[in-house]
Amino acid sequence: MTRIVGIDLGTTNSLIAYMDGQTPRVITGRAGRGMVPSVVAMTDNGLIVGDAAKEHLVRNPERTIYSVKRFMGKNLEDVAEELRYFPYSLKEQGGVIRIQVGDKTYSPPQISAMILKELKRRAEEHLGEDITKAVITVPAYFNDSQRQATKDAGLIAGLDVLRILNEPTAASLAYGLQEKTQGTIAVYDLGGGTFDISILKLKDGIFEVLATNGNTHLGGDDFDRTVVDLLLGEIRGQHGLTLEPYPDQMQALRLEAERAKIRLSDEHKTTVVIELPEGHGTFRREITRDQLEALTMGLVDQTLGPCRQALKDAGLQPAQIDEVVLVGGSTRMPLVRRRVQELFGKVPHSELNPDEVVALGAAVQADILSGGTQDMLLLDVTPLSLGIETMGGVVSPLIRRNTTIPASAKEMFTTYVDGQTSVDIHILQGERELARDNRSLARFQLKVPPLPAGVPRIEVMFLIDANGILHVTAKDVRTGQTQSIEVKPSYGLSDDEVERMIGESFAFAAEDLKARQLIEARTEAEAIRKATEKALRLGGHLIDAEETAAIQTALEALDTARAGDDHRGIRARIADVEKTTHHLAEILMDTSLQEALQNKKFSELT
Amino acid sequence: MTTDGMQKAPTKRSELQMARSMCWHCQSEITGEYFCEQCVKVQPLSKEMDYFTCLGLPRLLNIDLAALEAKFYDLSRAFHPDFYQRKTASEQDISLGNSAMLNTAYRTLKDPVLRAEYLLRLEAGSAKDIRTSPPADLFEEILTLQEDLEAFRAASDQAPAAVASLRTKLAADRELLEQRQRDMEARLLELFSRWDALHDRRPQAAPATPHSQQDKEAVLKEMRELLSNRTYLRNIVNDLIATTA
Ligand SMILES: Nc1ncnc2c1ncn2[C@@H]1O[C@H](COP(=O)(O)OP(=O)(O)O)[C@@H](O)[C@H]1O
Ligand SMILES: [Mg+2]
Repeated sequence: MTRIVGIDLGTTNSLIAYMDGQTPRVITGRAGRGMVPSVVAMTDNGLIVGDAAKEHLVRNPERTIYSVKRFMGKNLEDVAEELRYFPYSLKEQGGVIRIQVGDKTYSPPQISAMILKELKRRAEEHLGEDITKAVITVPAYFNDSQRQATKDAGLIAGLDVLRILNEPTAASLAYGLQEKTQGTIAVYDLGGGTFDISILKLKDGIFEVLATNGNTHLGGDDFDRTVVDLLLGEIRGQHGLTLEPYPDQMQALRLEAERAKIRLSDEHKTTVVIELPEGHGTFRREITRDQLEALTMGLVDQTLGPCRQALKDAGLQPAQIDEVVLVGGSTRMPLVRRRVQELFGKVPHSELNPDEVVALGAAVQADILSGGTQDMLLLDVTPLSLGIETMGGVVSPLIRRNTTIPASAKEMFTTYVDGQTSVDIHILQGERELARDNRSLARFQLKVPPLPAGVPRIEVMFLIDANGILHVTAKDVRTGQTQSIEVKPSYGLSDDEVERMIGESFAFAAEDLKARQLIEARTEAEAIRKATEKALRLGGHLIDAEETAAIQTALEALDTARAGDDHRGIRARIADVEKTTHHLAEILMDTSLQEALQNKKFSELT
Repeated sequence: MTTDGMQKAPTKRSELQMARSMCWHCQSEITGEYFCEQCVKVQPLSKEMDYFTCLGLPRLLNIDLAALEAKFYDLSRAFHPDFYQRKTASEQDISLGNSAMLNTAYRTLKDPVLRAEYLLRLEAGSAKDIRTSPPADLFEEILTLQEDLEAFRAASDQAPAAVASLRTKLAADRELLEQRQRDMEARLLELFSRWDALHDRRPQAAPATPHSQQDKEAVLKEMRELLSNRTYLRNIVNDLIATTA
């Protein structure tokens, strides 16, 4: 049985987790951190993902991609009003956003795939086995295009995505596993870019989602922007300086604003310090928590409407919610906690680490799918109503929001004109009456045999699977013949394009691997150089001059190799250094220094 | 969004219907309820199966919701795609189809109004006619309300005092209509019990007499009237709420 991992692919941070016996665990990197910043830097030395990429945000703003999740399954028009906040350049092609870096363009699923690959690599290193299967989480309020884009990202990263799982429900699994709760819970998830509220009933191991709601464009990023806009205005006022044309300045400002916001969750006031360009000196400003709350109040209050709607859809009063669980980094803001507490009339839970709980839940779901845990079952819902366009541009609903999935609906189609050979079908997602106010998912043409009007009878089956993804099939009722439908997604990559991207991803993989191996070899060379120098300082007097000279020569050769870009050459010189220092290491081990050195390997002595 | 070419379907519907009593996989006769006792493969629910049968219930309108939920959870554990991840493509398809049907059945039977509407459809077939004319016994009230609403819409840019008095009038109208709604719901529940009493004389117990058949039809007819009146009323109240909001 191949292992299935759980992945939280976040706007700001991503994590990977697995089931260790009965316990879900987040896999940490070398630095012991579970969170991988969802940042990708395209540097001259290759691709960098995560913490190291974050350093490039200011240094290399046009080539460092962050918050790409905001663009998944979207077109340019959808994100028009936030474009000015991004330093990298966005275009559109075939209804899909493309990110332009140098002379290459990338779709959001491709960038997400780079993050997924980093997580995959991390898991492979930790578990010592190939990882090919995953559960990936998405905001519950993600529509079909956004889910499909996430699935595409998995494919491009070489992962078989066995389930697209809703983030708040994933959190409830982790929470339920730990607390063994029964009753009604509300999961309030506010991260960097998205907001979800889900209301669930927990009973005898069944996690039944009663209702969900949210906003896929509301989160900590938006809070940061209120602070950025404030600072931009003041800098303009006081210094007559417009920072917008400086992408590096804008990034520095954004990061400083975010840090200030985070500090204000613990402190009542803080100072932002910004180095201005072109001899304008330093800009300093004190910000209080009250000021931040005044700036972000409107945004936080925007989360309350969806909460009320979800309660209403679940047929519950706030007092009937037994527990409220907080998920996502932004729920650390005191204002958010206060508002949630006021709405539900109870102190929200936050015992579980709000950063990790989604990934842990994804690992639990992965375990269920792989046949491990069998006593828990998640019954989730579709967040948005699904319908088709009818006469006059009105939507005829087929599957209502908050319907338990898998869900299906059948619709019979016929013709209006004698001899008509096709019927156009337009599928939409959303709650509005008119087609044009909803999200267009896809259009397709139903083929009909030429017959008098009203005689053909084509039954179309719309099925939303357990991932919340739509499948369409059609059958001619008269002949019993089935037909394959060519659906053109309105805002998604075509199958061919995904196929091509998978191919490219493997091509890049070779390049990326080379870049990684070089970086790793150089890092190791640096470590062994330091260790050797230290050993020479400690025990140089215990060996003869000839031996010392040999070590020096080996070190020089290592330096030369390190300046080149052949990782094998570097590895060979590392081996040389280890050979020439072997005797010295032994001596050091044997001497009274032994104790200080403990059992560490020579190369670890830094 | 993905589309499946229909060629992917593992088994033809016609075959399945014919072979309901035969396992689609090992062809042995099925004695178990949802699984073949020979090869333990899950069996597809028949497309003709009604929602009551699906949830193991007699065709009665008063339902024990806790028992219904327990049955739904049980069957979810039997059919949900989560538990078929490692099975064959055919079994996965059956699991998907069965789960979707189970979910629809549960959603329909859980809600009293949907349940009653569904029963009407089952019992009366497609003969169900949805009337769109206003219910006769509500004619007066609806006429008054319509006038009040007109006046309110026209008055929205007039003196605040006039608007306020119209608002009070509409609030009173709303109160009245909501009382009618509650009356209707109470009557609906009475009809539920009447139906159940009549229906409990199952053919096996005592063959349906022409008399009991007539009684049943009378209940169904009144229920149909009531449900369409209720829909009509609800739309009006929603309109009222939207206008005065
Ligand atoms: N202590 C804090 N106070 C306020 N906001 C915080 C705090 N810690 C993290 N955040 C914010 O939380 C967001 C990231 O949350 P996370 O749950 O990791 O997001 P996502 O799931 O979208 O990746 C960022 O906007 C970050 O600024
Ligand atoms: Mg998150």
